[in-house]
Amino acid sequence: MIALEVALATLQRLRRDEDVVITTMAAAKVWMDQGTHPRDFVFVPSCMGHATSIGLGLALAQPKRRVIVCNGDGSMLMNLGSLVTIAAQAPANLAVLVFDNGVYEVTGAQPTPARMDFAAIARASGWPTVHRVRTAEEWSASAREILDARGPVFVWVETEAQPGRPGPRSPGPAAERARVFMRALGTVP
Amino acid sequence: MFAGEQIASLLSSLRVTHVLTVPDSTIGRWENAIEAAGISLVRVCREGEAWTIAAGLYLGGARPLVMIQCTGLFESGDALRNVLHEWRLPIYSIIGYRSYLNQDTLPGDTSLVFTEPILAAWQLDVRLITQPSQLNEIAAHYRACHDGGRAGVALIAEGKA
Repeated sequence: MIALEVALATLQRLRRDEDVVITTMAAAKVWMDQGTHPRDFVFVPSCMGHATSIGLGLALAQPKRRVIVCNGDGSMLMNLGSLVTIAAQAPANLAVLVFDNGVYEVTGAQPTPARMDFAAIARASGWPTVHRVRTAEEWSASAREILDARGPVFVWVETEAQPGRPGPRSPGPAAERARVFMRALGTVP
Repeated sequence: MFAGEQIASLLSSLRVTHVLTVPDSTIGRWENAIEAAGISLVRVCREGEAWTIAAGLYLGGARPLVMIQCTGLFESGDALRNVLHEWRLPIYSIIGYRSYLNQDTLPGDTSLVFTEPILAAWQLDVRLITQPSQLNEIAAHYRACHDGGRAGVALIAEGKA
């Protein structure tokens, strides 16, 4: 298993300037701790489970940009239907990473209802490219190729739970951050 | 009340780029015409997805519209709350008002009890559409909401007629 910090540090290194990176829940906290970028969309406050759907919308609207969603397993379980919706739309520029630690970490590390084979779920939902990553070495060696592949790409990353890690805090008023993000994309009406 | 071609023409005139939808027996009949008009129709699995995909589309520079039944409104409250009130994205929606036109012949649908109070609780700018002659009111309402930078709802009566 991989520490979330290590998995995201790899992504920080590989993320291209034009890429959009969406983070939520524990991944948002760690990502913000590691640095910020104008095209980060820190989905805090969120409606839990919907980072994948925000990512789909952005990928459809911005087809020339890579959109990378950093999701958790609890969040993914809340919106499994989005896997079907995304597969049907088949955006070539979307990658969804599910960091699976088996718990709702930000609420105190209560277990999720059950452990899932997310790779099987993604394949059965119609995703053409699915990866399972178990170690930091594996992720470091394969991440560039995975992120550059034609999407939609689904990556199941087995991570360590870290009970007690503080949850993410909004870095500022959401509406204002939405406008700043749109300026970074050049999409302000 | 409206033919698909009427709705498709309306949405084209408003430069809507994407329609996020779960069908019912009224709005579902508009899908083919909307697609034929060149508007991207995104079929979602549950209505909460519609709001958040629309959010991503809006952030990315598109002009999305959510098209769902009032029962889907009930289902999707948290997504609506987050997108329209926390991120304050001015997403417009067409919401089918189940059984509104059948109140005499098919009484008892609790959609009639809860739809308008729930929309009021969500503090949304709502235009109730009960007559075919009101088609242009949807366009005017959309433009007013768009120009005002706020979300809006065309609540369209469903049932007989």
